[in-house]
Amino acid sequence: MSSKTELKPKMRDRAVLFATLLLFWIMLNGTLAADSLIIGILVSLIITVLFCSGLSFFTEFRATPQAFAAGILYYIYFFKELIKANFRLAAIVLSPSLPIKPGIVKVRTKLKSRMGRLMLANSITLTPGTLTMEIDGEWIYVHCVTVESTDIDEATAQIVAGFESYLEVMYG
Amino acid sequence: MVETLIAFAALLTGIAFLFALLRFIKGPSTFDRVIAFDVLTVVSITFIVLSALIEERGIYLDVALVYALLSFLGVIAIARYLEGRF
Amino acid sequence: MESLLDMTGGLLLVAGAAFLLLGGLGLWRMPDLFNRIQAGAKTTTLGTILILAGTAFLHPEWGFKLLLIGLFLLFTNPLSSQVLARAAHRRGIETSPKTSVDLLADSLSEQDMPEKLPSEKTLSDKGIEEKS
Repeated sequence: MSSKTELKPKMRDRAVLFATLLLFWIMLNGTLAADSLIIGILVSLIITVLFCSGLSFFTEFRATPQAFAAGILYYIYFFKELIKANFRLAAIVLSPSLPIKPGIVKVRTKLKSRMGRLMLANSITLTPGTLTMEIDGEWIYVHCVTVESTDIDEATAQIVAGFESYLEVMYG
Repeated sequence: MVETLIAFAALLTGIAFLFALLRFIKGPSTFDRVIAFDVLTVVSITFIVLSALIEERGIYLDVALVYALLSFLGVIAIARYLEGRF
Repeated sequence: MESLLDMTGGLLLVAGAAFLLLGGLGLWRMPDLFNRIQAGAKTTTLGTILILAGTAFLHPEWGFKLLLIGLFLLFTNPLSSQVLARAAHRRGIETSPKTSVDLLADSLSEQDMPEKLPSEKTLSDKGIEEKS
Protein backbone atom coordinates (compact mmCIF):
# COMPACT_ATOMS: atom_id res chain seq x y z
CA MET A 1 0.00 0.00 0.00
CA SER A 2 2.62 2.49 1.05
CA SER A 3 4.90 1.64 -1.85
CA LYS A 4 2.02 2.16 -4.24
CA THR A 5 1.26 5.65 -2.93
CA GLU A 6 4.98 6.39 -3.23
CA LEU A 7 5.09 5.24 -6.82
CA LYS A 8 1.88 6.70 -8.12
CA PRO A 9 2.60 10.45 -7.96
CA LYS A 10 6.00 9.77 -9.52
CA MET A 11 4.45 8.17 -12.59
CA ARG A 12 1.88 10.93 -12.76
CA ASP A 13 4.68 13.54 -12.64
CA ARG A 14 6.45 11.86 -15.52
CA ALA A 15 3.29 11.65 -17.58
CA VAL A 16 2.48 15.33 -17.00
CA LEU A 17 6.03 16.40 -17.87
CA PHE A 18 6.02 14.28 -21.03
CA ALA A 19 2.67 15.71 -22.15
CA THR A 20 3.82 19.30 -21.49
CA LEU A 21 7.05 18.83 -23.45
CA LEU A 22 5.28 17.16 -26.36
CA LEU A 23 2.66 19.93 -26.47
CA PHE A 24 5.43 22.54 -26.64
CA TRP A 25 7.14 20.61 -29.42
CA ILE A 26 3.94 20.43 -31.46
CA MET A 27 3.27 24.13 -30.94
CA LEU A 28 6.83 24.97 -32.00
CA ASN A 29 6.59 22.88 -35.15
CA GLY A 30 3.06 23.82 -36.04
CA THR A 31 2.48 20.49 -37.79
CA LEU A 32 1.33 17.01 -36.91
CA ALA A 33 3.44 15.33 -39.61
CA ALA A 34 4.65 11.84 -38.69
CA ASP A 35 8.40 12.46 -38.81
CA SER A 36 8.45 15.56 -36.61
CA LEU A 37 6.01 13.90 -34.22
CA ILE A 38 8.27 10.85 -33.82
CA ILE A 39 11.32 13.00 -33.13
CA GLY A 40 9.28 15.02 -30.62
CA ILE A 41 8.13 11.89 -28.78
CA LEU A 42 11.70 10.59 -28.64
CA VAL A 43 13.18 13.85 -27.34
CA SER A 44 10.39 14.34 -24.78
CA LEU A 45 10.87 10.76 -23.59
CA ILE A 46 14.61 11.23 -23.16
CA ILE A 47 14.16 14.49 -21.23
CA THR A 48 11.45 12.93 -19.08
CA VAL A 49 13.59 9.94 -18.18
CA LEU A 50 16.79 11.91 -17.54
CA PHE A 51 15.64 15.14 -15.91
CA CYS A 52 12.31 14.39 -14.24
CA SER A 53 13.53 15.09 -10.70
CA GLY A 54 15.06 18.42 -11.72
CA LEU A 55 11.90 19.57 -13.45
CA SER A 56 9.46 18.53 -10.73
CA PHE A 57 8.16 22.08 -10.26
CA PHE A 58 6.45 21.79 -13.64
CA THR A 59 4.16 19.11 -12.33
CA GLU A 60 3.00 20.63 -9.06
CA PHE A 61 -0.22 21.78 -10.66
CA ARG A 62 -3.24 20.09 -9.11
CA ALA A 63 -5.40 18.41 -11.73
CA THR A 64 -8.77 18.89 -10.08
CA PRO A 65 -11.76 20.74 -11.61
CA GLN A 66 -11.59 23.34 -8.84
CA ALA A 67 -7.96 23.99 -9.70
CA PHE A 68 -8.82 24.55 -13.37
CA ALA A 69 -11.64 26.92 -12.46
CA ALA A 70 -9.33 28.79 -10.11
CA GLY A 71 -6.73 28.93 -12.88
CA ILE A 72 -9.15 30.59 -15.29
CA LEU A 73 -10.32 33.08 -12.65
CA TYR A 74 -6.69 33.69 -11.74
CA TYR A 75 -5.77 34.64 -15.31
CA ILE A 76 -8.79 36.96 -15.65
CA TYR A 77 -7.85 38.69 -12.40
CA PHE A 78 -4.20 38.76 -13.42
CA PHE A 79 -4.79 40.50 -16.74
CA LYS A 80 -7.13 43.00 -15.10
CA GLU A 81 -4.41 43.83 -12.58
CA LEU A 82 -1.74 44.01 -15.31
CA ILE A 83 -3.74 46.56 -17.29
CA LYS A 84 -4.47 48.54 -14.13
CA ALA A 85 -0.76 48.50 -13.29
CA ASN A 86 0.13 49.90 -16.70
CA PHE A 87 -2.36 52.73 -16.51
CA ARG A 88 -1.18 53.67 -13.02
CA LEU A 89 2.41 53.64 -14.15
CA ALA A 90 1.50 55.71 -17.20
CA ALA A 91 -0.15 58.31 -14.93
CA ILE A 92 2.98 58.47 -12.77
CA VAL A 93 5.40 58.66 -15.68
CA LEU A 94 3.45 61.30 -17.58
CA SER A 95 2.87 63.65 -14.64
CA PRO A 96 5.64 66.25 -14.48
CA SER A 97 6.15 66.08 -10.70
CA LEU A 98 6.71 62.27 -10.65
CA PRO A 99 4.56 61.54 -7.56
CA ILE A 100 6.30 58.52 -6.03
CA LYS A 101 7.08 57.42 -2.48
CA PRO A 102 9.08 54.22 -2.90
CA GLY A 103 9.93 51.75 -0.20
CA ILE A 104 10.51 48.08 0.48
CA VAL A 105 7.97 46.26 2.62
CA LYS A 106 7.72 42.72 3.88
CA VAL A 107 4.76 40.40 3.35
CA ARG A 108 4.01 36.81 4.28
CA THR A 109 2.66 34.05 2.06
CA LYS A 110 0.80 30.88 2.96
CA LEU A 111 1.84 29.02 -0.21
CA LYS A 112 4.11 26.02 0.24
CA SER A 113 4.95 24.75 -3.26
CA ARG A 114 7.82 26.19 -5.29
CA MET A 115 5.76 26.78 -8.42
CA GLY A 116 3.04 28.49 -6.38
CA ARG A 117 5.58 30.87 -4.87
CA LEU A 118 7.13 31.56 -8.26
CA MET A 119 3.73 32.37 -9.74
CA LEU A 120 2.93 34.60 -6.77
CA ALA A 121 6.23 36.45 -7.13
CA ASN A 122 5.65 36.95 -10.86
CA SER A 123 2.11 38.17 -10.20
CA ILE A 124 3.30 40.65 -7.61
CA THR A 125 5.88 41.99 -10.05
CA LEU A 126 3.24 42.62 -12.68
CA THR A 127 0.60 44.20 -10.43
CA PRO A 128 0.22 47.92 -9.68
CA GLY A 129 3.35 49.46 -8.25
CA THR A 130 4.96 46.39 -6.71
CA LEU A 131 8.13 44.41 -7.47
CA THR A 132 9.25 41.23 -5.75
CA MET A 133 12.83 41.53 -4.58
CA GLU A 134 13.62 38.56 -2.40
CA ILE A 135 11.87 35.41 -1.27
CA ASP A 136 13.05 34.07 2.04
CA GLY A 137 10.94 31.10 3.14
CA GLU A 138 7.46 32.42 3.74
CA TRP A 139 8.60 36.06 3.69
CA ILE A 140 8.52 38.06 0.49
CA TYR A 141 10.19 41.46 0.27
CA VAL A 142 8.31 43.78 -2.07
CA HIS A 143 9.43 47.10 -3.53
CA CYS A 144 6.50 49.52 -3.84
CA VAL A 145 6.41 52.67 -5.93
CA THR A 146 3.95 54.16 -3.46
CA VAL A 147 4.15 52.77 0.05
CA GLU A 148 0.76 52.63 1.71
CA SER A 149 1.47 50.59 4.79
CA THR A 150 4.60 49.13 6.36
CA ASP A 151 2.66 46.86 8.71
CA ILE A 152 3.14 43.23 7.65
CA ASP A 153 -0.47 42.10 7.92
CA GLU A 154 -1.90 45.17 6.23
CA ALA A 155 0.62 45.00 3.38
CA THR A 156 -0.10 41.29 2.98
CA ALA A 157 -3.80 41.98 2.67
CA GLN A 158 -3.17 44.68 0.06
CA ILE A 159 -0.51 43.01 -2.08
CA VAL A 160 -0.77 39.25 -1.74
CA ALA A 161 -4.30 38.29 -0.74
CA GLY A 162 -5.96 38.74 -4.14
CA PHE A 163 -3.70 36.25 -5.92
CA GLU A 164 -3.10 33.94 -3.02
CA SER A 165 -6.71 32.81 -2.80
CA TYR A 166 -6.57 31.48 -6.38
CA LEU A 167 -3.03 30.12 -6.24
CA GLU A 168 -3.77 28.26 -3.02
CA VAL A 169 -6.40 26.21 -4.84
CA MET A 170 -4.13 25.73 -7.87
CA TYR A 171 -0.87 24.75 -6.20
CA GLY A 172 -1.32 24.62 -2.43
CA MET B 1 -5.09 51.69 -43.45
CA VAL B 2 -3.65 48.72 -41.57
CA GLU B 3 -0.27 49.45 -43.11
CA THR B 4 -0.46 52.95 -41.63
CA LEU B 5 -1.29 51.55 -38.19
CA ILE B 6 1.62 49.09 -38.41
CA ALA B 7 3.96 51.89 -39.41
CA PHE B 8 2.70 54.07 -36.55
CA ALA B 9 3.23 51.21 -34.07
CA ALA B 10 6.74 50.75 -35.43
CA LEU B 11 7.38 54.47 -34.97
CA LEU B 12 6.24 54.42 -31.32
CA THR B 13 8.33 51.29 -30.68
CA GLY B 14 11.31 53.05 -32.22
CA ILE B 15 10.94 55.99 -29.82
CA ALA B 16 10.73 53.53 -26.91
CA PHE B 17 13.92 51.94 -28.21
CA LEU B 18 15.62 55.35 -28.23
CA PHE B 19 14.64 56.07 -24.61
CA ALA B 20 15.97 52.70 -23.48
CA LEU B 21 19.14 53.31 -25.49
CA LEU B 22 19.63 56.67 -23.76
CA ARG B 23 19.35 54.94 -20.38
CA PHE B 24 21.78 52.29 -21.60
CA ILE B 25 24.34 54.94 -22.54
CA LYS B 26 23.87 57.07 -19.45
CA GLY B 27 23.96 54.36 -16.80
CA PRO B 28 24.82 55.43 -14.06
CA SER B 29 25.37 51.96 -12.60
CA THR B 30 25.93 48.65 -14.36
CA PHE B 31 22.51 47.47 -13.19
CA ASP B 32 20.84 50.38 -14.96
CA ARG B 33 22.56 49.28 -18.13
CA VAL B 34 21.45 45.69 -17.67
CA ILE B 35 17.81 46.64 -17.13
CA ALA B 36 18.02 48.94 -20.15
CA PHE B 37 19.45 46.00 -22.10
CA ASP B 38 16.55 43.83 -20.93
CA VAL B 39 14.02 46.38 -22.16
CA LEU B 40 15.97 46.78 -25.41
CA THR B 41 15.77 43.06 -26.13
CA VAL B 42 12.02 42.96 -25.50
CA VAL B 43 11.53 45.97 -27.77
CA SER B 44 13.67 44.23 -30.38
CA ILE B 45 11.41 41.18 -30.16
CA THR B 46 8.40 43.35 -30.95
CA PHE B 47 10.39 44.85 -33.82
CA ILE B 48 11.02 41.38 -35.20
CA VAL B 49 7.31 40.57 -34.92
CA LEU B 50 6.41 43.83 -36.67
CA SER B 51 8.87 43.16 -39.46
CA ALA B 52 7.37 39.68 -39.82
CA LEU B 53 4.04 41.46 -40.32
CA ILE B 54 5.41 43.92 -42.83
CA GLU B 55 7.30 41.33 -44.85
CA GLU B 56 4.53 38.73 -44.43
CA ARG B 57 7.03 36.07 -43.39
CA GLY B 58 6.07 33.79 -40.51
CA ILE B 59 9.56 32.34 -40.27
CA TYR B 60 10.72 35.51 -38.50
CA LEU B 61 8.68 34.49 -35.45
CA ASP B 62 11.13 31.64 -34.82
CA VAL B 63 13.88 34.23 -34.69
CA ALA B 64 11.86 36.19 -32.14
CA LEU B 65 11.34 33.10 -29.99
CA VAL B 66 15.02 32.13 -29.97
CA TYR B 67 15.96 35.75 -29.30
CA ALA B 68 13.60 35.85 -26.29
CA LEU B 69 15.15 32.64 -24.95
CA LEU B 70 18.73 33.83 -25.36
CA SER B 71 18.12 37.29 -23.93
CA PHE B 72 16.44 35.81 -20.86
CA LEU B 73 19.38 33.48 -20.25
CA GLY B 74 21.80 36.35 -20.87
CA VAL B 75 20.16 38.69 -18.38
CA ILE B 76 19.95 35.96 -15.74
CA ALA B 77 23.62 35.08 -16.25
CA ILE B 78 24.72 38.73 -16.04
CA ALA B 79 22.63 39.28 -12.91
CA ARG B 80 24.07 36.21 -11.20
CA TYR B 81 27.58 37.30 -12.17
CA LEU B 82 27.07 40.81 -10.83
CA GLU B 83 25.61 39.37 -7.66
CA GLY B 84 28.98 37.76 -7.12
CA ARG B 85 27.87 34.28 -6.15
CA PHE B 86 27.52 31.71 -8.87
CA MET C 1 -15.15 40.94 -42.16
CA GLU C 2 -11.60 41.37 -43.27
CA SER C 3 -11.49 45.03 -42.39
CA LEU C 4 -12.93 44.65 -38.88
CA LEU C 5 -10.39 42.00 -37.83
CA ASP C 6 -7.61 43.99 -39.44
CA MET C 7 -8.61 47.22 -37.74
CA THR C 8 -8.79 45.52 -34.32
CA GLY C 9 -5.37 44.04 -34.90
CA GLY C 10 -3.90 47.35 -36.01
CA LEU C 11 -5.33 49.19 -33.01
CA LEU C 12 -3.96 46.55 -30.65
CA LEU C 13 -0.55 46.99 -32.27
CA VAL C 14 -0.65 50.75 -31.71
CA ALA C 15 -1.83 50.32 -28.10
CA GLY C 16 0.98 47.89 -27.38
CA ALA C 17 3.54 50.18 -28.95
CA ALA C 18 2.18 53.09 -26.86
CA PHE C 19 2.72 51.08 -23.67
CA LEU C 20 6.26 50.24 -24.79
CA LEU C 21 6.85 53.95 -25.32
CA LEU C 22 5.58 54.70 -21.81
CA GLY C 23 7.93 52.04 -20.51
CA GLY C 24 10.86 53.66 -22.26
CA LEU C 25 9.85 57.03 -20.87
CA GLY C 26 9.56 55.53 -17.37
CA LEU C 27 12.97 53.94 -17.74
CA TRP C 28 14.35 57.38 -18.54
CA ARG C 29 12.47 59.45 -15.96
CA MET C 30 12.40 57.30 -12.82
CA PRO C 31 14.87 58.41 -10.13
CA ASP C 32 16.41 55.12 -9.01
CA LEU C 33 17.13 51.62 -10.26
CA PHE C 34 14.25 49.79 -8.60
CA ASN C 35 11.62 52.19 -9.92
CA ARG C 36 13.17 51.82 -13.36
CA ILE C 37 12.90 48.06 -13.09
CA GLN C 38 9.22 48.45 -12.17
CA ALA C 39 8.58 50.63 -15.20
CA GLY C 40 10.47 48.24 -17.46
CA ALA C 41 8.88 45.02 -16.25
CA LYS C 42 5.21 45.99 -16.35
CA THR C 43 5.00 48.00 -19.54
CA THR C 44 7.14 45.74 -21.68
CA THR C 45 5.13 42.69 -20.65
CA LEU C 46 1.73 44.21 -21.46
CA GLY C 47 3.03 46.04 -24.53
CA THR C 48 4.54 42.92 -26.04
CA ILE C 49 1.46 40.83 -25.30
CA LEU C 50 -0.78 43.44 -26.95
CA ILE C 51 1.45 43.53 -30.02
CA LEU C 52 1.46 39.73 -30.24
CA ALA C 53 -2.34 39.72 -29.92
CA GLY C 54 -2.62 42.32 -32.67
CA THR C 55 -0.38 40.21 -34.90
CA ALA C 56 -2.57 37.19 -34.18
CA PHE C 57 -5.60 39.21 -35.35
CA LEU C 58 -3.85 40.12 -38.60
CA HIS C 59 -2.42 36.64 -39.23
CA PRO C 60 -4.51 34.00 -37.43
CA GLU C 61 -2.41 31.21 -38.95
CA TRP C 62 0.59 32.30 -36.79
CA GLY C 63 -1.49 31.95 -33.62
CA PHE C 64 0.31 29.03 -31.98
CA LYS C 65 3.75 30.48 -32.32
CA LEU C 66 2.61 33.89 -31.10
CA LEU C 67 0.94 32.24 -28.11
CA LEU C 68 4.20 30.45 -27.35
CA ILE C 69 6.23 33.69 -27.49
CA GLY C 70 3.62 35.42 -25.32
CA LEU C 71 3.60 32.69 -22.68
CA PHE C 72 7.38 32.61 -22.62
CA LEU C 73 7.63 36.38 -22.15
CA LEU C 74 4.88 36.33 -19.52
CA PHE C 75 6.96 33.95 -17.42
CA THR C 76 10.50 35.14 -18.06
CA ASN C 77 10.09 38.91 -18.17
CA PRO C 78 9.10 39.44 -14.52
CA LEU C 79 11.54 36.73 -13.50
CA SER C 80 14.58 38.44 -14.98
CA SER C 81 13.47 41.73 -13.41
CA GLN C 82 13.25 40.07 -10.02
CA VAL C 83 16.65 38.43 -10.31
CA LEU C 84 18.14 41.75 -11.34
CA ALA C 85 16.47 43.65 -8.47
CA ARG C 86 17.67 41.08 -5.96
CA ALA C 87 21.22 41.17 -7.31
CA ALA C 88 21.23 44.98 -7.25
CA HIS C 89 20.01 45.10 -3.68
CA ARG C 90 22.57 42.53 -2.54
CA ARG C 91 25.31 44.62 -4.13
CA GLY C 92 24.03 47.64 -2.22
CA ILE C 93 22.80 49.84 -5.07
CA GLU C 94 21.54 53.10 -3.61
CA THR C 95 17.85 53.79 -3.47
CA SER C 96 16.56 57.26 -4.24
CA PRO C 97 16.28 59.72 -1.32
CA LYS C 98 12.50 59.61 -1.68
CA THR C 99 12.55 56.03 -0.40
CA SER C 100 10.71 56.00 2.90
CA VAL C 101 11.34 52.50 4.24
CA ASP C 102 13.62 49.56 3.43
CA LEU C 103 12.74 46.54 5.51
CA LEU C 104 14.96 44.24 3.44
CA ALA C 105 18.10 46.23 4.24
CA ASP C 106 17.01 46.35 7.86
CA SER C 107 16.65 42.59 8.08
CA LEU C 108 20.00 42.08 6.35
CA SER C 109 21.91 44.49 8.56
CA GLU C 110 20.46 42.76 11.60
CA GLN C 111 22.09 39.55 10.44
CA ASP C 112 25.61 39.73 9.10
CA MET C 113 26.33 42.24 6.36
CA PRO C 114 27.52 45.54 7.77
CA GLU C 115 28.84 46.87 4.47
CA LYS C 116 25.33 47.09 3.07
CA LEU C 117 24.11 49.71 5.51
CA PRO C 118 22.74 52.51 3.34
CA SER C 119 25.19 55.37 3.00
CA GLU C 120 22.69 57.90 1.85
CA LYS C 121 24.40 61.00 0.59
CA THR C 122 27.05 60.31 -2.01
CA LEU C 123 25.28 58.40 -4.73
CA SER C 124 21.72 59.49 -4.06
CA ASP C 125 22.66 63.11 -4.75
CA LYS C 126 23.95 61.95 -8.08
CA GLY C 127 20.61 60.23 -8.61
CA ILE C 128 18.85 63.60 -8.44
CA GLU C 129 21.15 65.07 -11.04
CA GLU C 130 20.53 62.15 -13.34
CA LYS C 131 16.80 62.73 -13.27
CA SER C 132 16.58 65.76 -15.53
